[in-house]
Amino acid sequence: MRTSGVIAEAKVWAYGDYIDTDVLAPGLYMKSSMEVMASHCLETVDPDFVPNVNKGDVICAGKNFGMGSSREQAAQSLVFHGVVAVLAPSFGGIFYRNAINHGLMVLVCADAPRIATGHHVSVDATVGSVYVKETGMQYSCEPMPEHLITMLADGGLVPHLERRFRT
Amino acid sequence: MAETLTQKIIAHAAGRDAVAPGEIVTCSVDLAMIHDSGGPRRVQPILEKLGVGVWDPDKVVLISDHYVPAVDAESARILDVTRKFAAEQNLPNFYDMQGICHVVLPERGHLKPGMFVVGGDSHSPTGGAFGCFMFGIGATDMAGVLATGETWVRVPETIRVEVTGGMPSGVSAKDIMLALCARLGMDGGAYQVIEYAGDTISRLPMAERMTLCNMAAELGAQTGLIAGDQTTAEFIRKAGADPGEVDRWQNDPKAPVRETHHIDIGALGPQVAAPHSPANSAPVAETAGVKIDQAYIGACTGAKLIDLQMAANILEGRTVATGTRLLIAPASQKDTAAAASDGTLATLTAAGAIMMPSGCGACAGYGAGVLADGEVCIASTARNFKGRMGATTSQVYLGNPYTVATAAVAGEIRDPREFLE
Ligand code: SF4
Repeated sequence: MRTSGVIAEAKVWAYGDYIDTDVLAPGLYMKSSMEVMASHCLETVDPDFVPNVNKGDVICAGKNFGMGSSREQAAQSLVFHGVVAVLAPSFGGIFYRNAINHGLMVLVCADAPRIATGHHVSVDATVGSVYVKETGMQYSCEPMPEHLITMLADGGLVPHLERRFRT
Repeated sequence: MAETLTQKIIAHAAGRDAVAPGEIVTCSVDLAMIHDSGGPRRVQPILEKLGVGVWDPDKVVLISDHYVPAVDAESARILDVTRKFAAEQNLPNFYDMQGICHVVLPERGHLKPGMFVVGGDSHSPTGGAFGCFMFGIGATDMAGVLATGETWVRVPETIRVEVTGGMPSGVSAKDIMLALCARLGMDGGAYQVIEYAGDTISRLPMAERMTLCNMAAELGAQTGLIAGDQTTAEFIRKAGADPGEVDRWQNDPKAPVRETHHIDIGALGPQVAAPHSPANSAPVAETAGVKIDQAYIGACTGAKLIDLQMAANILEGRTVATGTRLLIAPASQKDTAAAASDGTLATLTAAGAIMMPSGCGACAGYGAGVLADGEVCIASTARNFKGRMGATTSQVYLGNPYTVATAAVAGEIRDPREFLE
């Protein structure tokens, strides 16, 4: 689980390069509810993901994760399943913004493709470190500033602003 | 350390001495632009939920352009919501039905070098032509900006596009962009900044520079950028504003670039993008002979005064082919007025062009002039995605205004250079 930018021993789902927004939130289901949409998340590359993913899991992927359309459902589908972070060498620019605004941590990590499905990672986003339990390897990722970590912990931009204006 | 113009603008907006590419910083927004489609109707519910109004009405520009003039009850309702929002939030800068947002914004003197600007539209990179860092954000992001006056940004790297040589006849900024879309693909911009430079760019008028930055969106860049110069300053003064410190907002010599692409404009002819992507661009000869039902001159990137003049160049003394229709929606009311006073409008109408209101029109399928199943259109717009301009089986080609006007006269796609003296 995640507290203040720290993720402890989260189970990994590993994917390749160019996982696009149609794979994360298929256009075919754009008019359906979030629940229906999310039930098709990643099915074209990994039918095991939806039935087996657990709250607190993370995704480690190849380059340009989330490329494609600006649909916010791509990030929301992963949040729906309880995924707390995505690590990848690069992201689709709009997905990157949408993910953070919806409370999904996204970390630029050049070594993310070295991490395999079933591994367990511990992440500290404030300092930018990634530790893989099974291999004992330590990688670095681009750190995330304090206030964005707070925004992620609040559940995204709107809940974060709600808190800010309430106090 | 030598810095890019992008780094300087972001550092200034973040209140920092310097920022590095890849770093995430929070910036104060100098200006936020919203329009009728993605603006009030989407952000108001969020502002209400937060219980706040716009952070600084002087720093917000609201423009109605997507649904103007209303064509049905739903578009009328959207415009009503827009107008009420302007009144309730006391927005001093509300331009109602004055033209397309990306054109109206600089035309009314709202942009100058060094500004950090966000727009609620994917073609917001257009503003980069004025030496400011302007990029597009979604409705949730925009609500956050309107509530707080701030947003975060990950400092992008710069991809340099160097354009050199004299512009040949029948060629325009649109051709540079279509050629780049074919060369780099729609994700070649990698959400970085595409900065245009070179002797060709220095000679380009602002309207053409805007087309270059506008279509940085088609390359998947976060935005486009052109450092300010004399041309920029003159345009801003004519718009009744102060251009500020144009010399300050420049790249340092040896500022870091991620990659550089060269284009020799002298060797470039008119380009046409085949359906359904700007990346399907090729020299016009590849699509010559394709019969068309509709020719459309419109959009933020294809219907400013200069574009209308290019079309008039072809249409002078000629008429639209039987069985073909030519629709022209000038980019702004000011452009329409200018085209009326210099005789351009008379040439267009004499040729049989149907004049339409200034606004987004058929570009994204919101307004009048959309296509039926199986119809073929050539347009001076920025995007030809499947179904964007009407029925899903319609076919849209993209070309510069000379090429679109030529197709209207010939009834089929032809090389406009055959029609230019
Ligand atoms: S003219 Fe077309 S591309 Fe430009 S803002 Fe309007 S809908 Fe978008």
